[in-house]
Amino acid sequence: MSAPVVIVGGSLAGLRSAEGLRRAGYAGPIKVIGNEPYLPYNRPPLSKELLSGTGDIDEIYFPIKESVADVEWVLGKAATSLDIQEQKVTDLSGTSHPYRALVIATGLRPKPLPVDANGISGIHVLRTFDDAVALRKQLLPGVKVLILGAGFIGCEVAATAVKAGCQVKVVARTHEPMQEALGKTLGREVKRRHELMGVEFVKGASVFGLIGDGHVERVILDSGVIYDADLVVVAIGSLPNTEWLEGSGIDISNGVLVDGGLRAVSSNGTLVENVFAVGDVARYVNPLFDQVPRRVEHWNLPTETGKRAGLILGKYLNGESIAEMLAEPFAPLPSFWSDQYDMHILAFGMTYLADRSELVAGEISGECVFEYFRNDKLVGVCGIGMRPTIQSYRTKFLLP
Amino acid sequence: MIKVEVDMNKCQHYGQCVFEAPTVFKLNAEDKLEYVAEVDDSERDNVEAAVDICPMQAIRIAQ
Ligand SMILES: Cc1cc2nc3c(=O)[nH]c(=O)nc-3n(C[C@H](O)[C@H](O)[C@H](O)COP(=O)(O)OP(=O)(O)OC[C@H]3O[C@@H](n4cnc5c(N)ncnc54)[C@H](O)[C@@H]3O)c2cc1C
Ligand code: SF4
Repeated sequence: MSAPVVIVGGSLAGLRSAEGLRRAGYAGPIKVIGNEPYLPYNRPPLSKELLSGTGDIDEIYFPIKESVADVEWVLGKAATSLDIQEQKVTDLSGTSHPYRALVIATGLRPKPLPVDANGISGIHVLRTFDDAVALRKQLLPGVKVLILGAGFIGCEVAATAVKAGCQVKVVARTHEPMQEALGKTLGREVKRRHELMGVEFVKGASVFGLIGDGHVERVILDSGVIYDADLVVVAIGSLPNTEWLEGSGIDISNGVLVDGGLRAVSSNGTLVENVFAVGDVARYVNPLFDQVPRRVEHWNLPTETGKRAGLILGKYLNGESIAEMLAEPFAPLPSFWSDQYDMHILAFGMTYLADRSELVAGEISGECVFEYFRNDKLVGVCGIGMRPTIQSYRTKFLLP
Repeated sequence: MIKVEVDMNKCQHYGQCVFEAPTVFKLNAEDKLEYVAEVDDSERDNVEAAVDICPMQAIRIAQ
């Protein structure tokens, strides 16, 4: 029997890759190696519904389609190295997994606290179901929560924590929350709404150190200010899980560099045979915007990249020509959303590339839509509410 | 025919499904999702794409 297609990373992108392989008609063995003990589950609820309720993982598992019912799941095992000559992956227990083709879908992990915690507990991050359970147990009325980072996850945790009755401070380097994605104007408005709910923002600061006897009691900012805190949530961005690829020859300077066919590129610029990368860990050019390869951390892209990689690889393994698929430009429209209080933020495109934004519909204090431009070219749209209007922009992002 | 079910307790009316299968899903004047519960087999691919891309994982194809 020939070696299986091995997918490393058992989350959304890995699942969609397996489905794509089957959709392409590949009927051979597929093995998924995943670090977490769970089958693929949906992460966005971790900072929203699941963080406030008592919901169990059953509520967020992705359905396993019939087509992938025979996939072998090796869970709770981290891949530790890759040998592209021998075509095998080795896991933490030393077992080696030969592959016919490999799909890298190892995603990201949160950046850690930027200073040494000195063994002080009460420091949380949020990426996995276990992280969410550990954090939500602590979000009790009166608890002082200090959130480091005002990106999407920081702001969603702030909203959930304040609704739970916690006293919430958000400490960030940027002036406005979610400033990179929303721009200053919309960011300022989102801040206003958070402040109305009782969240306090501390801008232009980071953490210098922690004080506590075993458990965190106070946080010292680099500005010298000291705040009481019963727990700290670190939400300052993420790092690609690529350490296990070190020495493999693949370009992992910032995630895994891939071409438009999601095929991995080596450090010397050549394609790596039979290796693909998908989801948050992949870095690729999106010709809708420019020729700069980027990692994009939005939920619709694990599906877009996984499906495409699975289809291309499946056809290839079946001995069919993939030239036509490769010739099609890969230009998925990034889409992100966020729920905070009754505020539904929805965006398309790459708003963070913009040099200016403009209110085009509604009122900023209520429901509104902003357009985002780079050098006067539309690169994104984002708004609060007004979903049909925002949805109608999808067709405006065209290939040059 | 295939049967489409949306769990309206989960649905957040983002309309991602609308883009994948515009003849099946739409957002009405109040921004709320409306959908056709029984559609032709020719829509299967589109509905499956909508199932995959629904952020709340609220759509199901009933067998
Ligand atoms: C709390 C939270 C809220 C979010 N909310 C939104 C939102 O509202 N809107 C939005 O657009 N996006 C949101 N996202 C982003 C979205 O969830 C991600 O884009 C998506 O999960 C990426 O999927 P992935 O499969 O590429 O990577 P991941 O989901 O990160 O999966 C990678 C998997 O690989 C495993 N792994 C890592 N290293 C190894 C190894 N060496 N060996 C084996 N397995 C390994 C990991 O344990 C993990 O299970 C959110 C993310 C988080 C964490
Ligand atoms: S994509 Fe899902 S959540 Fe969004 S409107 Fe459709 S069913 Fe509702």
